[in-house]
Amino acid sequence: MSDAVTLTGMPAQARRDIGIKRRYAAERRFRAYGIIAMAVGLFFLAALIFSVVSKGYTAFVQTTITLPIEFTEKDVDPDNKRGENPAVLAQGDFAKLIKQGLAKRLGFDPSDRKSAKLATAMISDSARTDLRDMLVADPSLVGKTVNVSLLAEGNIDSANKGQIDLSVPEARRKVKDKQLEWMKTLRDAGDLTKAFNTGLFTNGASSRPEAAGLGVAAMGSLFMMVTVFVLSLPIGVAASIYLEEFAPKNRLTDLIEVNINNLAAVPSIVYGLLGLSIFINFAGMPRSAALVGGLVLTLMTLPTIIIATRASLKAVPPSIRSAALGLGASKMQTIFHHVLPLAMPGILTGTIIGLAHALGETAPLLLIGMVAFVADFPATPLEPSTALPVQIYMWANEAERAFTERTSGAIIVLLTFLILMNLGAILLRRRFERRW
Amino acid sequence: MNMMAETTLEPKQAQAMNEPVYKMIGNKVSVFYGTKQALFEVSLPVREKTVTALIGPSGCGKSTFLRSLNRMNDTIDNCRVTGQITLDGQDIYDPSIDVVELRARVGMVFQKPNPFPKSIYENVAYGPKIHGLARNKADLDQIVETSLIKAGLWNEVKDRLHEAGTGLSGGQQQRLCIARAVAVSPEVILMDEPCSALDPIATAKVEELIHELRSNFTIVIVTHSMQQAARVSQRTAMFHLGNLVEENDTDKIFTNPDESRTQDYIMGRFG
Ligand SMILES: Nc1ncnc2c1ncn2[C@@H]1O[C@H](COP(=O)(O)OP(=O)(O)OP(=O)(O)O)[C@@H](O)[C@H]1O
Ligand SMILES: [Mg+2]
Repeated sequence: MSDAVTLTGMPAQARRDIGIKRRYAAERRFRAYGIIAMAVGLFFLAALIFSVVSKGYTAFVQTTITLPIEFTEKDVDPDNKRGENPAVLAQGDFAKLIKQGLAKRLGFDPSDRKSAKLATAMISDSARTDLRDMLVADPSLVGKTVNVSLLAEGNIDSANKGQIDLSVPEARRKVKDKQLEWMKTLRDAGDLTKAFNTGLFTNGASSRPEAAGLGVAAMGSLFMMVTVFVLSLPIGVAASIYLEEFAPKNRLTDLIEVNINNLAAVPSIVYGLLGLSIFINFAGMPRSAALVGGLVLTLMTLPTIIIATRASLKAVPPSIRSAALGLGASKMQTIFHHVLPLAMPGILTGTIIGLAHALGETAPLLLIGMVAFVADFPATPLEPSTALPVQIYMWANEAERAFTERTSGAIIVLLTFLILMNLGAILLRRRFERRW
Repeated sequence: MNMMAETTLEPKQAQAMNEPVYKMIGNKVSVFYGTKQALFEVSLPVREKTVTALIGPSGCGKSTFLRSLNRMNDTIDNCRVTGQITLDGQDIYDPSIDVVELRARVGMVFQKPNPFPKSIYENVAYGPKIHGLARNKADLDQIVETSLIKAGLWNEVKDRLHEAGTGLSGGQQQRLCIARAVAVSPEVILMDEPCSALDPIATAKVEELIHELRSNFTIVIVTHSMQQAARVSQRTAMFHLGNLVEENDTDKIFTNPDESRTQDYIMGRFG
């Protein structure tokens, strides 16, 4: 060993351990940086999730007040015409029914206007339509008294959830002392309860927070996701296969490649402008429609999918191609039997990440008019609708406490969808990879 | 160049009494990668049901010549082939020839075992499937079995046909690749250093296999091992710097070559 000599002629032993300590120190430092970076990232993630969840979890429950409602005939069908035309029931005076129910339950005189006003303010305006729908669905209720759970008004809901500062003088408070007293009575009797907020998922837009829901937005997002998936996956994969496997390598394809990479970096709002001028102004498609949103998001997602697909096609070992070609498989057979299945996990991951991006995209949708007050469910992608992130944006601009809570609730819903999609990506990748 | 062409044709005249059958004939084959010429007017006949070994130092164009025999060069972007190569007297670069059919007739085994990431069964069955060689499942099973038997792999894998082909050992994978090539019943099998990634025992098995395959197939094999060339081949062609130095009976090449360059290479003096 002692006479071993390195190439430079120095004795080997002398050179051997030079820098070993430094190298290990560098490695330890690098690891420490990595751990610090991870810790910082995790801290912010945890902070984000904590703030959203702590603000938003209450949005998933909603206060309801159970009242004995008597469907008195003179209020809902004064002329007794429901026999020939059941539709007259829809014109009933349901506000009065609620007032009477409240008076009976809380024990005040219905003609006491001050009490009546305070009491009816505790029930959401949307309760009237709920009662109407109930009666129209079952006309035999006329003349009967039923216990009905009605949505509480937004401020009552907030007060019930302990979100309203009661130390503020009554005059500057949205919820009055008398109402608080009634709430206590009702709560003690079990008539003021918190229940799971199905309305959050089934209702459309509403100016009353307690009746506002994500239903229309979720529907719009669903339509858009389907559009994006159906269009961008086949177009993106076909384009990538052509570019990667068939296109000659020349200036033109180089130019196309550079431009695809550039398109992936174009700000999404520019796609919104493009969609506005092409799909709406030029092609004359309707504003606020999920289909247009889907098309815009498709354009936005395509570069991502093409880049991911080309990368995973490139990653398929050339030896597999040679093996297939050497057996006499045609180029198409080689690609579809061997290359594409191997590239599939990568393609699907890219696609789902693209879709997840599209799901959370807001800016381009604002430009094509999807930021709108849409209360009715869209039956087709051509009808006006909104999207989940746009709904969040709109709610975030509202002042009421109940909307703040719903904003965070909607963020939770959106994040849940995103996590589900990413899980789906992981599962799909596993599934395809297990086929060797 | 001309002189060399004559040299290669010499054995033909010498053996005029016992005329050999040529399966494939390369005539003044030149191959260019872009502007770089990798093969210079190589004229090399390949005898039927014979193992022909291609030897020569690294980078001399053995693989290039081999790939031009089944037009795998077509898959390389800027590769251009001139001259003529015939299979049973038919020019394989003729526009009327379909590469797919050509490659079904001239199969290939690569340097690194490259089974498909599918089951052993599917690896072997793939070729017959795309070429419509089996009318039904039983036919296909039969083809898979005989191919694996021919490749000497049947006994080792018959109980695990539906397991991954990539889960086999390197030597088994290479024999699987040979079975896969054999399954489409080619007339010629090209092998590019088929044993370079294998240990001596697996190598011995593959060599034995080549011996047996010779009775049914015409085989062209590239090898860096002089011993292997001597063991498995009947004819040997020596390449150097893109030129064919000489081609002759293996015995003659290894005992008494005409060219001093061949002698030097075999004795390990360069390469
Ligand atoms: N795809 C390619 N593109 C450009 N040049 C190539 C390509 N393949 C081979 N060549 C060149 O052609 C010449 C012959 O290469 P080839 O692979 O045929 O050599 P070889 O005899 O098989 O060598 P080895 O024994 O190392 O495999 C080399 O100079 C090589 O650099
Ligand atoms: Mg080679």
